[in-house]
Amino acid sequence: MIRFQDVHKSYRVDGRDVPALQRFNLDIADGEVFGIIGHSGAGKSTLIRLINLLERPSGGRILIGDTDMTALTEAQLRQQRQRIGMIFQHFNLLASQTVAENVAFPLRLAGESDAAAIRQRVDELLARVGLTVHADKYPSQLSGGQKQRVGIARALANRPSILLCDEATSALDPQTTASVLDLLAEINRELKLTIVLITHEMDVVRRVCDRVAVLDAGNIVESGAVADVFLHPRHATTRRFVNEALPEEAAGEQMPFTHVTGRILRLSFRGDATWTPALGRVARDTGVDFNILAGRIDRIKDLPYGQLTLAMNGDRVDEALANLRQAGIEVEEITPSPENRA
Amino acid sequence: MNSPLQGLFPNIDDWGELGHACIDTLLMLGGSLLLTVAIGLPLGVLLYLTGKGQLREMPKLYAVLSLVVNVLRSIPFIILMIVLMPLTYVLVGTKLGIRGAIPPLVIGAAPFFARLVETALREVQHGVIEASQSMGATTWQIVRHVLLPEARGGLIAGITVTAIALVGYTAMGGAIGAGGLGDLAYRYGYLSYKSDYMLVTVVLLIVLVQLLQMLGDRLVARYTRR
Repeated sequence: MIRFQDVHKSYRVDGRDVPALQRFNLDIADGEVFGIIGHSGAGKSTLIRLINLLERPSGGRILIGDTDMTALTEAQLRQQRQRIGMIFQHFNLLASQTVAENVAFPLRLAGESDAAAIRQRVDELLARVGLTVHADKYPSQLSGGQKQRVGIARALANRPSILLCDEATSALDPQTTASVLDLLAEINRELKLTIVLITHEMDVVRRVCDRVAVLDAGNIVESGAVADVFLHPRHATTRRFVNEALPEEAAGEQMPFTHVTGRILRLSFRGDATWTPALGRVARDTGVDFNILAGRIDRIKDLPYGQLTLAMNGDRVDEALANLRQAGIEVEEITPSPENRA
Repeated sequence: MNSPLQGLFPNIDDWGELGHACIDTLLMLGGSLLLTVAIGLPLGVLLYLTGKGQLREMPKLYAVLSLVVNVLRSIPFIILMIVLMPLTYVLVGTKLGIRGAIPPLVIGAAPFFARLVETALREVQHGVIEASQSMGATTWQIVRHVLLPEARGGLIAGITVTAIALVGYTAMGGAIGAGGLGDLAYRYGYLSYKSDYMLVTVVLLIVLVQLLQMLGDRLVARYTRR
């Protein structure tokens, strides 16, 4: 468990304290993938660096398990850091060393000097990230995705219990991003380590995270299970992130439905409900007519979900809605309002 | 001696002396370069580490080091040699010859090289240092395994520039009794109007500087991976 207790952080700029993170509490459970999403300047880089104390909090405590990170001596802190891997947006590999030497570096720092043991561990790690054939290349000879895989292998070298990802996919193209995220999900599953990642892309959160916190101007404005936050965003910043993650035609809220007749509804399906023919059955039973205006079916990590915006006509709409709710479908009524017409 | 060289350079009657002077220059250069790097490299690392926003930020120490380095770099080398003579005598027991030249050469060049080291280390990306810190590296481990290897190209370029500056310094040293090519050029070429001496020594110095630069460039290319 990573626990932030009354933590806050401000920087001294020209003799004045400029707050970066307002006082907050946050628990991250063992083995989960926890996302922190925010725009640049929201404080997410600072937040993730508090965990391994690359940034020292201005107040409060940071606990990893039973260890109060803020109370450690320099030497103890270095020991703890070896148990916390970290990967970076710009990879931060040693340009003067080969891939294998980069991966061996944390082992050497930790005092391992047996060359055979180092080679064996490096081979294992490179095999895990699929870079065995590139062991003797230099970072400048690799693509961005390959460099990040080296970063991941390096971060895992000392068998950490926590992996911190600092915008790890922000410098990568969409396809490479997907493969790196798959690798992170696989590592989380197989090694059971806790992953904390920061990002400005809701899509990254949707693909790999279990829980998410939304950071806005140094405040955690919303947090919870990704499915809840994604399907029912409460804060304006969260809504903006969610809409960015949706293709334009699915972001129904932005469309003016003033010319559509009937009641405009948004249905959210989660898990098994996504695959049941509930809508058709309810329509048949109640004789309502419906017209799909927007929709999508996708996954939040491993959970399938669907979201449909539709217009419903008929005498028994209320009964239809009750039946849908009974079938485990969340129903919201959207009334076209002046602001939606903009 | 009846060689075609004598026709070209009528005043040069002792080519052996010229050869000796070459060797003296190379010895002065080699010895002072070695010591310059040995003193300037740690000094440069210290300047880097104690600088603003760096791993071991120490504003007062940095200010003092920086001042000393600037003062030594401000004094023209020929003056520095004369000022340092008593210290030179204490250090090596003579003010003359190769031995007498090395202390002022090193004291003149080490601060210069230290600044080049500081600049080269600042070129190392902060992210790489942060990554090493996140892995639990000590400051010494970061210096030894990250900063110096990552800055290797820049450091070699700095050694090259320093070596070439030292060639100039050794020639100046010749004027006040250090020996070497500068001494020949000054005594025969300038004081005795034997301009062929001047020409030969200048050409030899040009060749030496060219060779140093070529060697340096090659090493930089070999050890830079970006």
